[in-house]
Amino acid sequence: MGKFNKGKKREMAAISTASLPDIVFMLLFFFMVATVLRTEEELVKVVRPQASELYKIEKKHLIRYVNIGPPQDARRGTEPVVQLNDQFASPERVREWVENERSTIIDAEQSKMWVSLKVDKETKMGIVTDVKQELRKASALKVLYSTGSRARTGTEE
Amino acid sequence: MARRPLQEINAGSMADIAFLLLIFWLVTTTIDSDEGIKRQLPPPIPPDVNVPPVKERNVFVVLVNANDDLLVEGDELKIGKLKEKAKEFLIADGDGLLYGEKPENPDLPARVWERRADVDANIANYEAMVKQTADPDKRSALQKVLDDWRDKKEFMRLLGGEYKKLPGSAIISMRNDKNTSYDTYIQVQNELEAAVNELRDELALAKFGETYAALEEMLERAPSEELRLKVFAVREVYPQRISEAEPIDAGSVY
Repeated sequence: MGKFNKGKKREMAAISTASLPDIVFMLLFFFMVATVLRTEEELVKVVRPQASELYKIEKKHLIRYVNIGPPQDARRGTEPVVQLNDQFASPERVREWVENERSTIIDAEQSKMWVSLKVDKETKMGIVTDVKQELRKASALKVLYSTGSRARTGTEE
Repeated sequence: MARRPLQEINAGSMADIAFLLLIFWLVTTTIDSDEGIKRQLPPPIPPDVNVPPVKERNVFVVLVNANDDLLVEGDELKIGKLKEKAKEFLIADGDGLLYGEKPENPDLPARVWERRADVDANIANYEAMVKQTADPDKRSALQKVLDDWRDKKEFMRLLGGEYKKLPGSAIISMRNDKNTSYDTYIQVQNELEAAVNELRDELALAKFGETYAALEEMLERAPSEELRLKVFAVREVYPQRISEAEPIDAGSVY
């Protein structure tokens, strides 16, 4: 190292960057742990509609998802289908599914279960209404229509 | 001196590699946001129950057909105007506060004055009844009613005077066709909710200096009796009653 100090002026010692990878790795691990990954495979294509009057559910462990949209796999056709957990199901199965899912929540919080409907915006309401009716029969009345966010529309005259 | 010192492996590029990984992770993970429009579905109606008819003026009817056209209170309407129309319905003949008192319109619900003397009389009445009742079940039921009246007295204090209430049967009702697109359905739901929220925000801003949404959030974070009363006072004047009508066979609506 001595050969760098030959000049009269003392040069500033280079800041060691050896710990930089560690810092970045720590960041990486933080993000990996902190982001909640989608637990189930998406079998249907869902482009959510946009809305402005949003509600955000804080307790994520109380949410169960119902996806409705055209299948990812084009061989299954283009008609919207219902996905419960990681398989396709007919709307009539929703009731059974709700009862199963409810039993996975502790008793005290079972009545607070949310059903989040992730529905493709091109879907016709028929299948959505069928699912909603099944949810009512199963007494899963708290529903969230999952949407993206946008600004509130101005009131133009 | 004989041995060459061990060459240090240059770790400078490690940071770059880690950064690459980090950026890759950030780009590929989609954080699932659980946001949307919340709704409470009505419980299933037992077949033997007759739903009492409601006055037509108390129901704000929105029909959406298979072509995503809107029929609001019997007139065709563009979705951009829906919010204004819904607000008109909710304000009706004035809330007694910001919108004062307007002439009654036979097509809109008639709001009813909540009078201070009335509330005081009811409080006195129920206080006496609670004292007299021995049965604990009845007593707690009466206590609940009494609490409601006491809340109303507090609402008047917070809102700075008497107010007009929407009749209990006043609702916004939406009915759609089987072939209505989900996007239109959500947009209609959104506009209806926006109408309620805007009126609530307006009232909350004027009376408490905060938007209604902010009040609600504060209540969730740090609950207090005063905040609860403020939120409920706004809700009392502008209730959110958006009903999802029983689906009926397509075609029979139009």
